[in-house]
Amino acid sequence: MAPPELHRSTLSNGLRVVLAPDPTAPVVGVSVHYDVGFRSEPEGRTGFAHLFEHLMFQGSESLEKLAHFRHVQSSGGTFNGSTHPDYTDYYEVLPSAALERALFLEADRMRAPKITAENLRNQIDVVKEEIRLNVLNRPYGGFPWILLPPVLFDTFPNAHNGYGDFTDLENATVEDCAAFFDTYYAPGNAVLTVAGDLDVRTTLALVEKHFGDVPARPVAQRPSFAEPPPSAARRAEHTDAHAPFPALAVGYRVPDPVGDLDAYLAHLVLAGVLTDGDGSRLQQRLVHRDAIVTDVGAGCGLFGPLEARDPDTFSITAIHAPEVAAETVLAAIDEELEKLASEPPTTEELAKVTARWVSTMHREHDRLTSRTLGLGSAELLFGRAELIYELPERIAAVTAEEVSAAAKTLRPDARAVLIVNPASSGGTE
Amino acid sequence: MSAADQKLDPAPGSHRTAGEIGRTEHGPRPLPELGEQRPPADLSSVDTVLPNGLRVLAVRRSAVPLVELRLRIPFADPADSAEGSQHSARAEVLASTVLTGTDRRSRVEIDTELALVGGELDAVVDPERLSISGNALASGLDTLLDVLRDVLTGAAYPADEVERERDRLVERIALARSQPSVIAREALQRHLYGDHPFAKEMPEAEEIARVRRDEVAELHASAVLPRGSVLVVVGDVDPNDAVRAIGESLAAWSSDASAVELRPLPLVTGGDLLLVHRPGAVQSQIRLAAQGLARTDPRYPALQIANLVFGGFFSSRLVENIREDKGYTYSARSHPEFTPGTATLLVDADTASEATAAALLETRYELGKLGLVPPTESEVDTARRYAVGSLLTATSSQAGLASFLVNLAGNGLDVDWFTAHPERLTAVTREQVAEVALEFFAPTAFTGVLVGDAERLAPQLRALGGVVLP
Repeated sequence: MAPPELHRSTLSNGLRVVLAPDPTAPVVGVSVHYDVGFRSEPEGRTGFAHLFEHLMFQGSESLEKLAHFRHVQSSGGTFNGSTHPDYTDYYEVLPSAALERALFLEADRMRAPKITAENLRNQIDVVKEEIRLNVLNRPYGGFPWILLPPVLFDTFPNAHNGYGDFTDLENATVEDCAAFFDTYYAPGNAVLTVAGDLDVRTTLALVEKHFGDVPARPVAQRPSFAEPPPSAARRAEHTDAHAPFPALAVGYRVPDPVGDLDAYLAHLVLAGVLTDGDGSRLQQRLVHRDAIVTDVGAGCGLFGPLEARDPDTFSITAIHAPEVAAETVLAAIDEELEKLASEPPTTEELAKVTARWVSTMHREHDRLTSRTLGLGSAELLFGRAELIYELPERIAAVTAEEVSAAAKTLRPDARAVLIVNPASSGGTE
Repeated sequence: MSAADQKLDPAPGSHRTAGEIGRTEHGPRPLPELGEQRPPADLSSVDTVLPNGLRVLAVRRSAVPLVELRLRIPFADPADSAEGSQHSARAEVLASTVLTGTDRRSRVEIDTELALVGGELDAVVDPERLSISGNALASGLDTLLDVLRDVLTGAAYPADEVERERDRLVERIALARSQPSVIAREALQRHLYGDHPFAKEMPEAEEIARVRRDEVAELHASAVLPRGSVLVVVGDVDPNDAVRAIGESLAAWSSDASAVELRPLPLVTGGDLLLVHRPGAVQSQIRLAAQGLARTDPRYPALQIANLVFGGFFSSRLVENIREDKGYTYSARSHPEFTPGTATLLVDADTASEATAAALLETRYELGKLGLVPPTESEVDTARRYAVGSLLTATSSQAGLASFLVNLAGNGLDVDWFTAHPERLTAVTREQVAEVALEFFAPTAFTGVLVGDAERLAPQLRALGGVVLP
């Protein structure tokens, strides 16, 4: 696919701007990515980056509480925000008549969010409900994104629970919020993306009009979160009160996506060869031939590929019957990885993975929300929004030997294994 | 945590206070007006019925070189009661194995052929329909259709695949039933519809164990039928070419019989909620239901707006009350579920055990208030503009449009209904919204279920009333 037109500029306050015009539908997407995620929150404040994301919706100098939602929705638009290991994003997707409104809303909270004790208290309660819904009250809550990192990693930024524990959330103060905003939410620490039905010159003028006078502030040096890969096999067990069957997650380190993208992509293709489709290696072996797991999956990044900087994770997860030992599943996984390490996958296996990725990427770009967010995160993490259009070709260029080499790095003596046991040891009811 | 009193600030005093951050010298600024809205491009589409009785709806959308496919086959249990009926178990095994081999292709060959054109196909079944959905690079449409034809006319149901998928199905259903949302859904459907086949969304393990390979093959022969079914294709294709390709490819799929529609549902009437005990739950599921209106009803656009104002989007009375004001919930919403010929209004919220009774009280209050203090002009306008705009954004992708159209087609509607709907919404008056709000959102019109730890919930719910305790 011909890479669509991209326009890039930087305002005098340091805000990076990416415009991606596309006239096919009269809708427009606006996103702001801030270069701070839950890896940056300090000890004693787990979950703070996510809690703060909620507060950014609670009003700003020109907008009372609830006004942000009403203005987006009464313009016919949708919105959301999400907190990732290395960044936090906010977006609106609306009929294109509302473009200036979306820019105004984002600029107003970048300039002067209104943080009050009352709203903080209310959003702590809402976030606790979110955690009950997604983690505490359901089977396999936080599996593997909360449970695997503390097994694979040693340092607080990489290992801790990004949703946060309730005590830490309760302890958050308005003062903490002010410090966090001033430290991390400077315009120079953000990327603004506008994609869809837009005129480049008009949009640049509107961006300048609304964001131009957000005062520049110093941008903190981004710390390195690097830590050495595990030098031994690591293992932990977790008891899940709601799960009917045992599960396991295997975590490995992947190459630095920013510093060594091609090696990272070889792992991405490896994940496809292992678990994408009925004909893939682990589906064939574990689900169909040995019939020892209900489902198996593999992938780069615990939230999807290319959405975090180094250090990042390659994971394989499986849910299996209680009478099957975890060791049996692990041994079969290791055997299949060894096969791929000693003999590269076939041309047809690679062609299948590549074609499905091309198709998946087109589908992502067709959804304006994912296109806008993808451009913004690629610009923020890689300095190259166009990466999202280049990926199909770069993935197609991965060779069988590179996939084999990637399989060779997934060694049993340098990985983390997380075992999830149902609380009722019988497992099934 | 020992570090609980640690401050975020790396250098105390180096940042502004929250008060300073929230103010600028310039002061508050006015909200920009909306600009001129460009209308969406006309949809180039063909809507036709093939000689085998299959309705085909093809739409061109060429932003990316893909094609999306949605096949909907009415697939209801012809029995009067789900009690003692094996239909649901057989249908689930059929959906799990229909793509596992044909007379010409093995399971792996199906996957390989689809993968090489960047494609996939997936089959799921519910009490109303069998849905086969897929997509591929537009250049692979012929392959996608050929695999689909092969599956529809020659699914082989290999004995070993049926046996293995039956076991997996039992495990998957056990997994699903460990989810509180699924527990709540099953309890609600039973509460609303009793033994009507519509209520049986998942079979029991012992019913699945009894399913034999031949029964699945027989069900395929008698129920996977083109007459009464609809196939939607959206993508980078010429609609006429797509219809021709489909006609040629699927001509061999034929039968004089028609696919089985669900028999009519009883109307939902108001009544007490049923409390379902889930020991140790830290959060409860509130699930309320009332009778709604089909999309074809002249009052539907007004009800759509009333629902939005109540709990159908973030800027609704329910969300602003129980989430943004009181912090009782992360997720609260109301939405219509379209059923054959009619619709149900559903109100959902998940809330901590200690807040459950209070959240239910506030929800009832908002239901009553919607009729008694009807939506203001500004509430109606906000909801109307959201309804029009979100129709535009939700259908701006191929996949979004394909899914939307197959649902419309399932209710007997077409592209014209979709393109004319913004006008219908524009014509709705505040009085019409007030009228349907009073009738359809009356607290007495609702019934439902609550799932949670009954021991913790009982004292408050008993005091509140209107809940049948276990």
